[in-house]
Amino acid sequence: MNALPDPGEITNALSSDSFRACAQLITAIERATPGLTPVLQVLYRGGRGNRIIGITGPPGAGKSSLVNQLITHIRRLGKTVAILAIDPSSPFSGGAVLGDRLRMMQHSADTGVFIRSMASRGQLGGLTKAVGDALIVLDAMPWDYIIVETVGVGQNELDIMQLADTVVLVQTPMSGDDVQAAKAGINEIGDIYVVNKCDHNEADRTVRFLQSMITLGLHLQPEKIWTQPVVKTQSVSGLGIEDLANHIDHFFSVMKPDTPDMRLRRRHRIAYQTKGILRDILERRFHDSNDQQIENSIDAILTRQSDPYALVSELLAAQG
Amino acid sequence: MSEQKIKVIITMVGLDGHTTGAEVISRVLRDAGMEVVYLGVNQTPGMIVNAAIQEDVDIIGISAHASNYSLIEDVISLLRGSGVHDVPIVVGGNVPRHTITDLKAKGIAEVFAPGATGDEIINYIRANARAQNERAA
Ligand SMILES: Nc1nc2c(ncn2[C@@H]2O[C@H](COP(=O)(O)OP(=O)(O)OP(=O)(O)O)[C@@H](O)[C@H]2O)c(=O)[nH]1
Ligand SMILES: [Mg+2]
Repeated sequence: MNALPDPGEITNALSSDSFRACAQLITAIERATPGLTPVLQVLYRGGRGNRIIGITGPPGAGKSSLVNQLITHIRRLGKTVAILAIDPSSPFSGGAVLGDRLRMMQHSADTGVFIRSMASRGQLGGLTKAVGDALIVLDAMPWDYIIVETVGVGQNELDIMQLADTVVLVQTPMSGDDVQAAKAGINEIGDIYVVNKCDHNEADRTVRFLQSMITLGLHLQPEKIWTQPVVKTQSVSGLGIEDLANHIDHFFSVMKPDTPDMRLRRRHRIAYQTKGILRDILERRFHDSNDQQIENSIDAILTRQSDPYALVSELLAAQG
Repeated sequence: MSEQKIKVIITMVGLDGHTTGAEVISRVLRDAGMEVVYLGVNQTPGMIVNAAIQEDVDIIGISAHASNYSLIEDVISLLRGSGVHDVPIVVGGNVPRHTITDLKAKGIAEVFAPGATGDEIINYIRANARAQNERAA
């Protein structure tokens, strides 16, 4: 077990062997194991273009419970699904409690479901690259759906949603103040809006608010072929899940791969993924460089015999 | 992201509803820089083993307060039967002495009594979790 799994092990069928190989490849991604890049290149080129659903929203909005219900729905239709659940790392210790899987454990013995938790681990380029790479692995496998869950707190976690085909933004019934705060930027992310915990009495008001935001946005972009629906759910009981699943499928039937909107999205995704890889390489070069060398350069910058731009040139020129 | 973080499953088996110990140890391990996948209550051995494989963890911790020790033995035989030989299983809880002997004979790596300190557990995991560089070569 001291080599990377062979890419051929995961591409053909879902099996306990392919699950294990997939899990080990994702670990190798997290650990930046040497020799991984050519494997990812092969897998990318053989990628299937599986449907990738991003699920995000504030902490505790009910995202994982919602994913759990979506899995149940998808499995009832006889389809398969892989889940990548990202939880934040502690900025203090670097550790994490990954609590998403807990909500989905009823599917843990199902051979048509693969669930993997990942910690966000702090670095800017790192998370984009790691999630992008994990999606390369999952996209090489014959899944009907791939779901990515992130907590929509930091810019990083929201940014990651650019790796998905469609983004489900999960919110909860809001008080007046929250609605004001949420106005900024709400139309920029989300193809489908979910108001979860609709057992709460502010739910209808929140739905009306979101709908009027969407209508406002329509005037700004009349040529868009997709208008965001607002769906009410209760992810504990499963209420509204079928409705949500239908909207997701409807999204894919409107935003077909050959439509200009979808093509543009996929181009953006490639650019975004490439930038993530590039940023990761550059950050790594800074961290991996001979510390003494960097310290010497910083000494020179301190006394203004050098400057930060000169250090950047040195780092870029360094072999790595 | 090249740091070699230790990844741990913390779980309960069967109808054991005492979550406090498992939740506390999850936080202690997080604060020691580890990544903890917390599975919660009502887990069957099959669910735990599938989670261990899909999450590719380095060690499994089972919190045991009810006397469902045969389920713990099922976890280890199922895990080894699935071809995972390098991931140790440890147990925490108020386990009778003769049961500890039995569990260890069946391949449980260590049993921590309720008085065990966080540091003891952390140090044990750091020393015994699946070797971090094993697959990196
Ligand atoms: N009342 C009510 N509670 C819900 C509903 N959906 C989820 N919850 C509860 O909300 C809490 C958080 O649920 P999760 O599914 O873990 O939420 P999450 O958004 O994934 O949480 P993070 O990943 O930690 O951000 C749990 O205690 C759920 O039981 C709902 O529709 N109604
Ligand atoms: Mg969650």
